[in-house]
Amino acid sequence: MGYFLIALFLVQYIRSAIQTKTQHPELDKILLYSRYASIALLSVYYIADEPEWYNWLWYVFLSALLVYCYLREEMKPFRTLIQGVIPYLVISVITDILEMVAPAFYKEWGDYLHIAGFFAFALCFVLWFYARKQQKVLLKEREDRLRDELASKAQKESLEYLVAERTQELTLQKEELQKTIEELKSTQNQLIQSEKMASLGELTAGIAHEIQNPLNFVNNFSEVSVELCQELEEEIDKTDLPDSDKDYIKEIIGDLSQNQQKITHHGKRADSIVKGMLQHSRISSGEKEPVEINALADEYMRLAYHGLRAKDKEFNSALLTDFDPSVGKVNVLPQDLGRVFLNLFTNAFYAVAEKKRMLTEKDPSTNYKPEVKISTRKFDNKLYIRVTDNGTGMPDHVIAKIFQPFFTTKPTGQGTGLGLSMSYDIITGGHGGVLDVESVPGEQTEFKITIPITESLE
Amino acid sequence: MKILVVDDEEDVKSLFEQKFRREIRSGQFEFSFSFSGEQALAYLADHHSEVVMILSDINMPGMSGIELLKTIRKDHPQAPPQVMMITAYGDSANHDQAMEFGANDFLTKPVNFVELKEKLIEIL
Repeated sequence: MGYFLIALFLVQYIRSAIQTKTQHPELDKILLYSRYASIALLSVYYIADEPEWYNWLWYVFLSALLVYCYLREEMKPFRTLIQGVIPYLVISVITDILEMVAPAFYKEWGDYLHIAGFFAFALCFVLWFYARKQQKVLLKEREDRLRDELASKAQKESLEYLVAERTQELTLQKEELQKTIEELKSTQNQLIQSEKMASLGELTAGIAHEIQNPLNFVNNFSEVSVELCQELEEEIDKTDLPDSDKDYIKEIIGDLSQNQQKITHHGKRADSIVKGMLQHSRISSGEKEPVEINALADEYMRLAYHGLRAKDKEFNSALLTDFDPSVGKVNVLPQDLGRVFLNLFTNAFYAVAEKKRMLTEKDPSTNYKPEVKISTRKFDNKLYIRVTDNGTGMPDHVIAKIFQPFFTTKPTGQGTGLGLSMSYDIITGGHGGVLDVESVPGEQTEFKITIPITESLE
Repeated sequence: MKILVVDDEEDVKSLFEQKFRREIRSGQFEFSFSFSGEQALAYLADHHSEVVMILSDINMPGMSGIELLKTIRKDHPQAPPQVMMITAYGDSANHDQAMEFGANDFLTKPVNFVELKEKLIEIL
């Protein structure tokens, strides 16, 4: 009966522990056969009326089953269990052999052997319970591991997602930074440019101050010399010199007087240049006040036009205005801004007059129509002013220099080269704005003023 | 009428002498010249009662025209001479400062001699 139980439990346990049905179908078959075999053996034992020798059949069967299981690679985990059955088997075999060979000895010690057999049998089940427990622990461990794996997999996925997100953020940041660097670079260039202009302006004003005093003496002395010459001429008449000598002396005095007048004339020319230079240093000394920009622009446009018309009767040009009525009053330095308008319009009229002159030289019947246009706009809290002409235009190498003091394309004596330099200072320095220019050589020029609008202090 | 001209530029002397040649000849004006503020004060110490009018430059090395003006107004509060300031810097700050310290008039360089002559005759 004990052998049957062992065989049955062993087979059943192995089958369920390593899932032979699905994992090792071939092994499962053998195990199933062995189970049927054990059932058959038990049935035959009782049918055959419990013969004495029947134990030997059990021994052979069990040994074969144990050896087979012990040798199978898949059943390594059950070796301890199988080893546990061996003592019971060995003790049972020894007991039976002793019963046959030495019945006297058996009679005396048989009880002890049966007790040992009983303990060995119990050991089998103790081992079986132990193995089962261990198996459970292993199973639990495996489940834990699986759960950990799943958790770490989920964690990994979330980490990967985070990394992707961060990478995206960093890429965006990098792009933003690159954009900022480019902006900074262009701002730096602008700063260098305006710094250059500012130092040139200061230098110019400084030089002008130094030149003005000696120039005043030149002008004053030459003026007084003219007066002296007149006095000298009057005095000559009072003398008794012969008329021919008087005439000769008067002729010399006349030349001297003329020279002095020339000195005065050129001195005054230099003086007006110096005055222009000094205006640089007076920028933004005044107070800003609300001014009707459209009216101011219109006034100076007409002023510049009629100024030029007074000098050149032939000159004419269309005056186009495109005023944004919403501009209204803006806080500016009216006199300074007026000077800027005057400069820009004077230049624009000069450019269209030059183009007309050049075209007429080539073809007297040219149908060129000079046009100077002013437009104003207000949006985004900024004032935009454009002065456009369809005159001679400028090549790039000229544009690069037009805001430098003393740079002029006009013939000697016609321009000081200070107008645009001063306008630049007034717009950037005095109003915190931007003065920019665009030109197509031979076609047109556009000056662009942008001034931030500051709320007037009520 | 004695006029004291104070300017660090020595050529001012010959310029004034030539510009006012006729007036000096006829004895209408009499000019004295000092080439620094200090020199002007020393001259005034000796000839104070004679000087009716002082024409002074503002920008001078050493004592400036404004300091000279202050000293004159402090030392001679009674019967003060007329003081006219002349400067190359015609800005309002300079003008206001000169007027505040007691200048009678203010001219900017280059000096308009016709205007100056009229003003001098008016004071006379």
